[in-house]
Amino acid sequence: MRNPLSDTVIKMKPSGIRKFFDVVSEMPDAISLGVGEPDFDTPWNIREEGIYSLERGRTFYTSNAGLMELRTEICNYTERRFGMTYDPKTETIVTVGGSEGIDMALRAMLNPGDEVIIPEPCYVSYVPCVELAGGVPVTISLKNENEFRLTAQELEDAITDKTKILCLSFPNNPTGAIMEKEDLEAIAEVVLRHDLIVISDEIYAELTYSGKHVSIASLPKMKERTIVINGFSKAFAMTGWRLGYALGPAMIIEQMTKIHQFAIMCAPTTSQYAAVVALRDCDKDVEQMRQSYDQRRRYLLNEFKEMDMPCFEPKGAFYMFPCIKKFGMSSEEFATKLLKSKKLAVVPGDAFGQCGEGFLRISYAYSLDELKEAIGRIKEFIKE
Amino acid sequence: MQSKKTEILRMIRNNAKLTVKDIAVMLGSEEEEVNTLIKEMEDEQIICGYNTVINWDKTDDERVTALIEVKVQPQRGEGFDRIAERIYNYEEVTSLYLMSGGFDMTVFIEGKTMKEVAQFVARKLSPMDGVLSTSTHFVLKKYKEAGTKVEQRKKDERQVVTA
Repeated sequence: MRNPLSDTVIKMKPSGIRKFFDVVSEMPDAISLGVGEPDFDTPWNIREEGIYSLERGRTFYTSNAGLMELRTEICNYTERRFGMTYDPKTETIVTVGGSEGIDMALRAMLNPGDEVIIPEPCYVSYVPCVELAGGVPVTISLKNENEFRLTAQELEDAITDKTKILCLSFPNNPTGAIMEKEDLEAIAEVVLRHDLIVISDEIYAELTYSGKHVSIASLPKMKERTIVINGFSKAFAMTGWRLGYALGPAMIIEQMTKIHQFAIMCAPTTSQYAAVVALRDCDKDVEQMRQSYDQRRRYLLNEFKEMDMPCFEPKGAFYMFPCIKKFGMSSEEFATKLLKSKKLAVVPGDAFGQCGEGFLRISYAYSLDELKEAIGRIKEFIKE
Repeated sequence: MQSKKTEILRMIRNNAKLTVKDIAVMLGSEEEEVNTLIKEMEDEQIICGYNTVINWDKTDDERVTALIEVKVQPQRGEGFDRIAERIYNYEEVTSLYLMSGGFDMTVFIEGKTMKEVAQFVARKLSPMDGVLSTSTHFVLKKYKEAGTKVEQRKKDERQVVTA
């Protein structure tokens, strides 16, 4: 039989998270600080609306770009929370999670050989999605001493005459880093000068702890060259509903809608109806979850300080990224030993790019009691 | 921005076991300050007590709870407060509220048996001066109390390691 597989797919490396998951799943009684999703249930009024939409028999496709009612609410919300104006008809598309938005944005814009700059450590999907779309990923190793922010110089150094797109993902998974307005202004200057397009993954935009999130699309002349990716998973604790959206110039959104139409048809209808309520009525729930994350973040920071584990202060998302270099072990070794001897799962930093080596991703999407138990185990482990 | 006091109240509202140290760390404050703020709120009776949510059904201790709707005659110069005091001073009364609507007060009573509760109503509450009528409802099952779901403990069903 002939080889049924695509060379591109064969060459794609499997996700480092997945690899570690396979190790962890052999240990069913292990506790974990490994998840990348909220521990909160979706607020009840959102779930209730989903149930109601099913009861009403709203089980049909929606329009390809998503319910008009939802797109309108997305634009209202984006204006209310982040001060950016988009047209629900032409500049908005509802996607199956933020992930689909990233994939489609890349596919809509890349020609073979186009280079995409990806600052690492970052979420595991950018590099493979670029490869699938025929582009060439060019990674930048962000630095602990810069609190894992991207600097204009680092960006400048990575640009070639083939560079087309910059992928930004702040607040960041796995580091918890954010980019403040001044940081983004410096980046925007380089982007404009080199005529780049930005895909800005802002899925953690609601989870910042030192002031409001700023989108690069809100800076002068940036809206017309930025695709903003956002969604309901993190802010509204709706990961399993698989719902996100992309905002951007009509010309790009139109082509993304074409891909979406052929590959997906439309995002889940039940989720779309529920999401309308999320955007209309849940500011308070979002704020309460944010406060809980912030309290846990402070708790962990203090614990790391007390056990003398170096960790920069993350100001977004729900991750800590402590440095374990002083223990003389690789990330994977540390994580594997911690799992085997203390039954605690954390994700090795190199799962998010080679420059994550020497770090661990610790999620605080857990209750305080669970965090305390886990921290106790880390302390014992380090002592030994 | 809400005050530190409000933040503390929110934190201990559903978990009175939080230590002062944890509260201080999670607020980004000092233990001493948190101690002072809590003491102040106790003195001002913003914090009136620390209760425990108990599911008595799981113990050997028999308990019945009843909600009693009471109509009363308010007294001149005293309004409802005087009669409320006479009711809530009984140890059996666990909660008492003045209500709007079709009756005046909601009394929660806890007793060992239904008979004990019935006797309390018949002997103490109904004959009280100013009490016009009572209507007693027994609680069959507790699902949620003081913001805490009584029976349901959720298992973490998330995958152990995810994106």
